[in-house]
Parts: sequence; structure tokens; C-alpha cells
Amino acid sequence: MPNQLAVRLGLQRGQTQPGFRLDVTLELGPGLNVLFGPSGSGKTTILSAIAGLLRPDSGRITLAGETLFDAEAGVDLAPNRRRVALVFQSLALFPHLDALGNVAYGLPGKSSRSERRERAHAWLTRMRAAHLARRYPSSFSGGEAQRVALARALASEPRALLLDEPFSALDHTMVRELSAELVEHVNSLALPVVLVTHDRTLARELGREVTLLRAGRVERVGPASEVLAERE
Amino acid sequence: MIDLEPLLLSFEVAALATCLASVLGVAIAGLLASPRVWGRELIDAAVTAPMVLPPTVLGYYLLVLLGRESAIGHAFEALTGTSIVFSRGGAVVAAMIGALPLISKAARAALESVDLRLVGAARTLGASRFRAFFTVSLPLCRRGILAGVMLGFARALGDFGVTLMVAGNIPGQTRTASLAIYDAVLSGRDGDATLLSLIMTAFSMTVLIGVGLLTRQRQDGF
Repeated sequence: MPNQLAVRLGLQRGQTQPGFRLDVTLELGPGLNVLFGPSGSGKTTILSAIAGLLRPDSGRITLAGETLFDAEAGVDLAPNRRRVALVFQSLALFPHLDALGNVAYGLPGKSSRSERRERAHAWLTRMRAAHLARRYPSSFSGGEAQRVALARALASEPRALLLDEPFSALDHTMVRELSAELVEHVNSLALPVVLVTHDRTLARELGREVTLLRAGRVERVGPASEVLAERE
Repeated sequence: MIDLEPLLLSFEVAALATCLASVLGVAIAGLLASPRVWGRELIDAAVTAPMVLPPTVLGYYLLVLLGRESAIGHAFEALTGTSIVFSRGGAVVAAMIGALPLISKAARAALESVDLRLVGAARTLGASRFRAFFTVSLPLCRRGILAGVMLGFARALGDFGVTLMVAGNIPGQTRTASLAIYDAVLSGRDGDATLLSLIMTAFSMTVLIGVGLLTRQRQDGF
């Protein structure tokens, strides 16, 4: 299966709450996959496990046929060898590097400094953030930081892109603008993009199909209109 | 006219000791700040012990460990032709032992304050553990580490007890400023003692003020 992200994972100990257990199976295809759930439902934990920043107790994660993690076989690929880009909710832009430096950080392959900066600049341009190139993250607005973080993630040429509560710090018009752009980019990429959110409006706008998570389990998978309509 | 040689020697010994202690201290701090290393608190305690142990105890250990009859001392002498103890090398080791805990403690605290998500982001962008350490963690705690290095230098400059035990009091070789002050007091040269003491105090105060400014800016910055 090309570009399929298959995730089955279990976690006994809770990261924040005691007694929290995670037990999910997800089939994530190319394009946008929306995971929706309240805070504490395990969304961030799932993304961390896929990226390799957190080791699950059990399960198996494969991406485009390659095993990233397999508890039984003892496979646990280091995060830097997974080619899975994670955009944190906090964005985690490097404060000591300008936008260009941030984007250039993850560029694959060996090339000269000037060539890397050129390639990084091209990514910033694509994200409509070229004017930020020489500026540092502390001076970015929420929307600007979001654009640079996305450019940095895509520049690393990932095989899967994980977005943890994107746009959570933005006002609604900015969310609309950026999410429309995101959908455009995602459609041109042909790689699994996993977006987790607890924002019902965003989930409804983005996802044709939505996975509903609750207390560490998949409660249901279905069309956004059905899954999101029936609660609260 | 007062003999400035001990003062210059002190700076030379302290500079060398601080360089060694910085590399070692940051490496140890890197180990201590990573959650997977076993026995972290034991290593930390061992590095910190020089702050609380009597100089005689430390000096004695170093003599046993590095003395001419020891394996390390023997190998060093075979390679370089000079012994570590009762030479300038001994003074450097003594000063380094004093500086090490200050540097490694400051570096550990600084490294542990780095947002782990930044390191995580670096890793998912393809950086190895090493690259993430050198390109993200270290640059982000340069102020904290620099403050530790400055404190370590000031501490290295003032070592007395361990230097006396391990390096002796050889004029031009191991008689640093603090040993020269001791000599001056014993032989009644109060003027020399006063002047050297004032110079040492002025320098230490300057360093401490610098460290204070450095750590305060860190809280205001980013």
C-alpha cells in the first residue's frame, strides 16, 4: 500500500492523567485525515508515538510499507529516521534561528549553505511567508508563525505530516484562510496528513471523514456531518 | 615592587583549567540532562562532591590517583616526561576540580530548561541526537552555560587547598596568587598580601556582577 500510514498502538501509563490508557487502530491514507476529540482523548500522544518521540507499550506503526515501530519485533526507528514531520501545537520554532534558518534546518541531503538558503526561501515563498525570511520567531504574529512552521515541516520532505491542533492560536478569519491553503497543499502532496483538533468547526470544515476519539479509544469513524453532529 | 608572577600564573592555570572543565562539564551536563542515563544522581553527586569535601581529602585522592606511582601518573610521565603532581599540570587539575561542579551544575540547569518540544522538532526534522544537542540545546542555553563558565573561572582562580596538596608551592610553577598570599602573610609582607587580596577580590566581584547581569537578561530575553 503506497503512502498508507497504519497505526496500532497501546499505552498503559498515562502521560498526564493516571489511569489513562490508549488503545487505537487507525488506517490513514494520503490526503487529510482528521482526528477529532476532546482534550485528554489521546490525540497528542498518538502523534508523538507516530513521530517517534514517545514509545508505546505495544502495537505497530507502518508507513508506506516500512515498519517504523513494532513492539513485538523490537523495531523502534529513531525520530530522525522516520521522515515524519510533526507540527507541534506550540509550533516549536527555533527561537535562535530566523525563518530561513528554521526552514533550512530540516532540508534533506547535503548541499552548500547558499543553496540551502535558496531552497528554504522557495518554501517560504510557497507558504506566502517570504517576507519573514530574515526575521526571528519572537517577532512573528500567530499566522506568520504558523506559515513558517508549516514551511519548515514540508521542507523536510516528509512521508507523512502530523499537525497538532493547528491554528489554535488564531482568530477565525485567519483559520479559514490558512486551512483553505492547507487543504490546497495537502491535495498536491499525496502523503498522509494527520490533523488532530478539538475544534468542532475546524473539523467540520476540513474533514470529509472524521475519526472521533474519546478516552484513548476510537469511538467512531464516519462522515464529518454524522460524527460531529451527534454530540453536545 | 610586588611580584606579579603568581597573578599571571593564576590566570594561566585558571584559563586552562576552565577550558578543560567547560568541555567536561558540558558533556557531563548533557548526560545528566538526558532522561535515559542510568545513575544520573550518582554522577551528579560525584561531580558536586568537591564543593563540600575538605581540600585535603580531594588533594589526597588526586595524589593517589595521579601520583607518580599511579597508573595514570605513570602513563602521563612516560608520554610527556613530566609528572602531573607537583608541577603546573597538578595546579591545573586542582583548579579544574574546583570549577567543574559550578560549570556542570549551571549547564545541567540550563539544558533542563530547554523546551523539549524544540529538541523533538529537531529530531523529527531529521537531526540526530548529537546534531539536535549542538544546534538546538546548546545555543539555547549559551547564557546559562557562560554564566557557569565565568563562575568556574573565578573559582579556579582562587583555589588554594587542593593546589597546595597536589601541586605544592613551587615559585613560577605552582605558586599561584592564593598561595603567594599565604606566603606573604607567613613572612610578614602585609603589603603584598593586601594588594594581591584586593586584586583577587575585585576580579571576583566583577565576575559575579557579570554573572548576575547575564542570568537576569536570560529571564527577560526570548
